Formats: sequence, C-alpha cells, structure tokens
Amino acid sequence: MGTPYFPGCTLTTKAKNYDTSGKAVAAALGMPLDELPDWQCCGATFPLATDNTMSLIAPARVLIQAEQTHAKQVTTLCAICYNVLKRTEFSLRKHPEQLERINWFVSTDETTAGQTYTGKVQVTHFLQQLRDDLGWKALSERVTQPLKGLKVAPYYGCLLLRPPAEIGLDDPDQPTIMADLLTALGAEPVDFPFKGECCGSYLAVNKPDVPAALSGTIVESAAKHGAQAIVTACPLCQYNLDVKGRLPILYFTQLLAKALELGEEISNFESQMSKVAV
Amino acid sequence: MRIRLSAETVHGDFVKQVEDISGQNLLACNQCGKCSSGCPVAFALDLLPNQIIRMTQLGLEDVLQAQTIWTCASCLTCVSRCPKNVDLPRVMEALRQIAMERGATPMYAAELRPDLVANAPQMAIIGGFRKFTA
Amino acid sequence: MINRALVIGAGIAGIQASLDIANSGYQVALVERQPSIGGHMAQLSETFPTLDCSQCIMTPRTVEVGHHENIKLYTYSQVAEVSGTPGDFTVKIRQKTKYVNWDNCTGCGVCQEKCPWKAPAEFDRGLGVRKAIYTLSPQAVPNKPVVNPDVCVRLQSIAKGEKLKCGACLKFCPTNSIDFQQTESFVEVHVGAIVVATGFDLFPQTRLPEYGGGQIPDVIDALAFERLLSASGPTGGQVKRPSDGKEPREVVFVQCSGSRDPEHGVPYCSKICCMYTAKQAILYKHRVHHGQPYVFYIDIRAGGKGYEEFINRAQQDEGVVYLRGKVSKIYRDGDKVMVWGSDTLSGRKVEIAADLVILSMAAVPAISANGHRVPGLELALDMDGFYQSSDAELAPMESNLPGVFLAGAGIGPKDIPETVAQASGAAAKVLGMFRQALR
Repeated sequence: MGTPYFPGCTLTTKAKNYDTSGKAVAAALGMPLDELPDWQCCGATFPLATDNTMSLIAPARVLIQAEQTHAKQVTTLCAICYNVLKRTEFSLRKHPEQLERINWFVSTDETTAGQTYTGKVQVTHFLQQLRDDLGWKALSERVTQPLKGLKVAPYYGCLLLRPPAEIGLDDPDQPTIMADLLTALGAEPVDFPFKGECCGSYLAVNKPDVPAALSGTIVESAAKHGAQAIVTACPLCQYNLDVKGRLPILYFTQLLAKALELGEEISNFESQMSKVAV
Repeated sequence: MRIRLSAETVHGDFVKQVEDISGQNLLACNQCGKCSSGCPVAFALDLLPNQIIRMTQLGLEDVLQAQTIWTCASCLTCVSRCPKNVDLPRVMEALRQIAMERGATPMYAAELRPDLVANAPQMAIIGGFRKFTA
Repeated sequence: MINRALVIGAGIAGIQASLDIANSGYQVALVERQPSIGGHMAQLSETFPTLDCSQCIMTPRTVEVGHHENIKLYTYSQVAEVSGTPGDFTVKIRQKTKYVNWDNCTGCGVCQEKCPWKAPAEFDRGLGVRKAIYTLSPQAVPNKPVVNPDVCVRLQSIAKGEKLKCGACLKFCPTNSIDFQQTESFVEVHVGAIVVATGFDLFPQTRLPEYGGGQIPDVIDALAFERLLSASGPTGGQVKRPSDGKEPREVVFVQCSGSRDPEHGVPYCSKICCMYTAKQAILYKHRVHHGQPYVFYIDIRAGGKGYEEFINRAQQDEGVVYLRGKVSKIYRDGDKVMVWGSDTLSGRKVEIAADLVILSMAAVPAISANGHRVPGLELALDMDGFYQSSDAELAPMESNLPGVFLAGAGIGPKDIPETVAQASGAAAKVLGMFRQALR
C-alpha cells in the first residue's frame, strides 16, 4: 500500500534523478510512493504576509488533491515542497476561516468541484517515514551493500528544520535524522558545524555571489571535517553546494539506492562521486 | 540631519502597516542582537537585521531603501533563535511588499543572467520571483 | 512556642539566619542536603565588588556554625515532613546514608587518599576529581566524608551480592569509622519557626543546543570558571582550559545564556551575571596578563553600591572589551571555539575564535530543594518556580505559610549583600515570633 507523494516541479525536471531514486528506493523497501494523479507547483516559498490566503491557494490545492486519496499522509522529497506544504497545513489548521475561504474558492473551479481539505491528510517527509514507519534497524537489515568507509556529511539546510514549531521533523540545532540514516546504511556520518546553515537559496538567480560565499564556507567546513561527500534533501541546496565540484553533493535517496543495490542507473552514485575536482 | 520623532512617526501609518502585514508587535524586540549574530548573509548586508527592526520601530521610512530586505534569504534562523519570538522574516516580507507597492523593482526578468536562469532549479526562480516581484 | 528554629539550606543565607538566631540565644536546627555547608558562595574565588577572597570571608562564619552551642547541624540531610502549627512544628529530618560514623571520624582524610575510585567533582562542576569517599572541599564544614554508592565499588558489590571488593577506606581508617552496613535514619525535631533558604542552581547547558548543548569541553559555565580561578580549585587557581590544559588567550564571556529568553529559556533576568562576569574578566586579566577577555551583553545591570564603578573598572582599567549583541551560535573549530555574536552599536556581526568560552547560565531555583515538595510545607511558587513571598514589596521574607519565612536566592536570583540582608530579615521575623510568645 503506497503513500501519496508530491514530487514538485523541480523533481520532475531538473532533479529527476532525485525523484527516480526516491521512487525506486521506496518501492524496494515496500513503501512505494504513489505520485498524486493531478498536481501543480506548491509555490516554492511560504508566503509570509498575514494576508496570504490567495498565495496559499497553490499549496492548499495540493493538500486538497492529497485528501482525495483518503490516505493519512502525503509525503515529499523536496525540502522546499515539504516546508511549504507543512506550513500551509499548519496555517490552515490554525485559521479555520482561511481554510473555509480556500475550500470555497477551489470549489468554484469545475475541475475540483466538491473537493475540500478537512485536515485529515498530514504532510510528511520521506525521511520521517524511514525513521518512524520503517525504523533504522529494519532499514539496516535491508541493506545489501553497506556503504562502509564512506564519510558523508549530512546537510540539512534551512527548510527541513525551521521554523521548529511548525516543521517539527528534528531538533533544529542538533538534528540527527540524516546521520541516523547514514549509520543505518553503513556509512560514516561526519558532523560539522554548518549542517543547518543557509546555502543561499533563491539568491542563486539574482545575487549569485551570496550563495557562492555561503556554500563555499559550508563545503569547506564539511571537507575540513573529513567528509568525502555531502548528502542533502533539497535540489536547490544540491545546486548551490555544487561549488566547482569541490565535493560530490548527493541526494539521500541516491545513497539509499546504492546501499540497496538498485543499480547505477538509479543511484547515479559512481558518476556523481567521480565528478570531484581533486 | 536631525531625525524628529513624534507620535506620528513611532505610532504612525508606516509602523501600523508593517505590523499589520507582518502580524508582529515590533516593540517586543529589545534589540538583543541575536538575530544579527546568527544571520548567514550578514556579510552582504548594509544594515543588520536588528537595525532593520530598530528603524521600523521608530517609523523611519528610509529603512525601505536598505539592501538588506532584498538580500534576506528567508533562512528563518533569526526567528528560531529570537528570545521574544519576533518573526523577522515576516517583517522583512512586509517591508518588501510596502517597498514594491511604492514602486521598487528589485528584480527584472530581463536583467537576470541567462545562464543562471537556465541552470538554476526552477524552485529558485519561482521562489525568487514570488519574493521580489509584486 | 518552641524556641527553636529550623533553617533549611546552609548556603550563606541559611548560615546568616542561623547565626543571627543562635547568637540571640535561641536554638537552631540547620539542615543541608550536601555533606557540608557553604552553598555556592563556598565555590567562589572572589566576591564582587570588593574582590574579597570568598573562602576568607566565609570561613569565620562556617566555623562558627560548626561549633556554635545553639546550632545543631544536620548535613547530608533533608526535611522529610512537617506537621503541627506555627510555634509548634514537628519536623522529620531524613539523614541520608553516609556509610561513615561521624561521631567517630576525626576528618583526618586518609580514606580519601587511599580510595582508588574517582569521579568528577561536583564542587568543581566536573572539572576536577573526587574519590568515592569524599568531602566537597578541603575546607569543608563538617570536614567529614560520605561514601557515594554510584562510585563505590564495595557498596556496589554488596548490593549485587557478589564477592566483596575494595574496602581500602575500611582498612586504613585509624578510628574504624567506615560502616558499609549503615542505613539512613530519621530524626524528629520540634521547632517554633522555619526559615527556607534553599538557594539556586544553574540552568543546564543541554537546554542551549546552539551553544554546544554542553558537549564542548571548553564551553563552561561561570561557576566552573570560578573553580578554575580559585586557589583551592582543580588547577590551583591557574587558568587552564579543560580540553588541553593550555592557558587561554582569547576568552569570551557570554551573558544572558538562557536568561531574558521567554522562548527558549527563562523570561527573567538573573541579576548577578553582569557583575560576576566583570569580576571574572578582571580576575582573568590579573592572572593572564596578555589575555584578551570579551563580554557579549544585551544590557549591563549594575545597580548596587559600587557596582557601576566596578563595571567601569573592567572596561576602562582592565581592557575588557564589551560587545553589545547576544551570541547566536557557538561551535568547535579545531582547537578553537567559534563564537558568533554581534556588536549592534557599531552595526557589525562579529566572530571570535575563542580559546575558552564562559556562559552566564540563568539562575534557577535549586531543583532538589525540598521546601515545596515536603508534605506539610506546601510553599507557594511563582511562575518560574521560585518561592512566592506573601507580598512582593512589603513582605518579601514572609511565605504563604504562617511561621515559615524565606531568604535568599530561593525567592529569586540575588547577590550576596541582598542575600545576607534577607537572611537577617528572616531571622528578625523568627526572633519576633519568639519574643511575642513571651508576653
């Protein structure tokens, strides 16, 4: 029985390998991802003005679409999608009058007539499913090719962790979920002080010097602590951190695919690891 | 140049508008500086986050000229650490919206570097445009 | 009216109250949960603003308490139950198991020398070591040891029913005072009035993950630094950092660690940190002439007599650099500790590669203080867990219970002068009660 899954626009195109490896890994672990039959962009940023009802239509529609599956959760891989959808869920729960307006507005669209979000579906991240639904012990038992000797620095970035009151995935200052995953895969997690520091995010498009500086510091810190690679859950972090090939930046699903021996086509592990500038 | 403060500035329309859009009580900030201490982009700012809040508290509208509000990456570190739970990202968003309402155009599609637009994941383009265009 | 007072807690507040009452001719039962008296003041190197040696000014009082004919000292004990009425309370005191016969023990210290089992010394905030059989410090009053079952291998072998191990103390004690068969005992005292002076503890570093969460060896709290400064401390008063024993050159003091933080810590100001930080920075500079102390602060609170002048001394005369900006993050980088702060006054985010970081952790009510959890002594607490006075302005020494008075940091964080003043105030209330009954 699969979990409804929202890939988001980037995973469908520029970060297709994240989506592919994610789906393959989930299927191999017996917890397949069922992509929502009809979805659209989540909005890529949570609108911060108090009067944000209009801007929440997009992510709210995703929740509405997810609720039609009658499942309890809708899962994500992209950290920005996770953050936007989770915060939307939180906002709609906190402001029932906002939810009512959105439900009404969406119902005026004939393609979604009669569909509402009632709060039954919760947004989760695939990491959460691995930790809470499968468990690290069970995961490590499925690993056929432990990533022995591979030193990987878990990089959380901003959106998997903050704001802590709304996201609640892990401790915002000392998270361990990715390190626990790496341990379960037989790899050696490398703790470093910049694991939760911002990569520069969307400034990549209009102020590229800022992400370059931030990401350079992050990658250097990871390298200094002995990391051979950095693992992330966000395509934008992956893009920003990939600073002139200083260190391979992998999605956690690629490491999972490697450890579960799903093949190089799925994991892209070898090709990514070999791209390192010496 | 002397700055004249009065009830009209410190509790005037500008302050009220920022508080309305952000939903924050600006005076809860006691200027401890923890936000600025942890801001990852502080090196690229003209005014520190706490200074943005300070100027807004006093109703000094030239805070809208600061580069800071456009360089904020919404990393949310400041609000996570703030002892008074002042939501700076929301205040930054309010200032951006007021600035754009008054005619600021921080991002022009035509002026973006084509290689960045082509290579960056689209979530960056969508997010950036939603933040920096009206 | 029973002309005896119970004083709970033998820090400087309890000591002062006990002496005031005892010197007026009345009996005092002084109960202290630690093996010896003195509380946190005994851990200090020097006190502000005078820079008097803490032990030197305290020892005359602790010795007086130890020998006073009117004071019966119950250390390593806790109040278990209170019943009765004001003027006629019955107090059950639980004397924890010392495993040493204190009536016999002369305090010679041979047992501590011979004991092979070590543990981090609580008195030194974990920076020094003590033995399984230990006194808190060499100047302890009473200077008699207790055995800690968590560390004592003999007691553990007894508990598991195994072959008896060690017993070095038993073998070498010249007065045959070690008693592994000892059990806890109860004593009942009758008192007319009670003074609660249970003091404070420090907010744990584990609650501040962005400052390392207590995992970085060279990030210590102010009481620990006080032990490093103290001549009777684990380094003999030489400032050596915990990780490698090197003398730190760049030392960063972080004020308001946990205080003034309704979101992640405690909402109140801990009152004493601005002053003790200036003191510690000055003392550090006196010992390490080429060292550079920095203090990150939000405001400087120096309202007491001579306090502002003391801060000025730190800034002007001793070269302490004060930076106005709360620290956001502390992490390890090689053998340095990186501190991310800011100076809001010049508008700059700043970073210091420190050798040693001292956190002014918030003052919180002493957790195991039994005043409010003792049956029969249901003291009202405020929202932060401190004792609630019956009137904050006009009756700070009076609790919600008649005949029960409050003094010291258990009511709220405070410095030594205020603590001593409150202790004498509470004693006066007690003496007033006793005098009233004579009419």
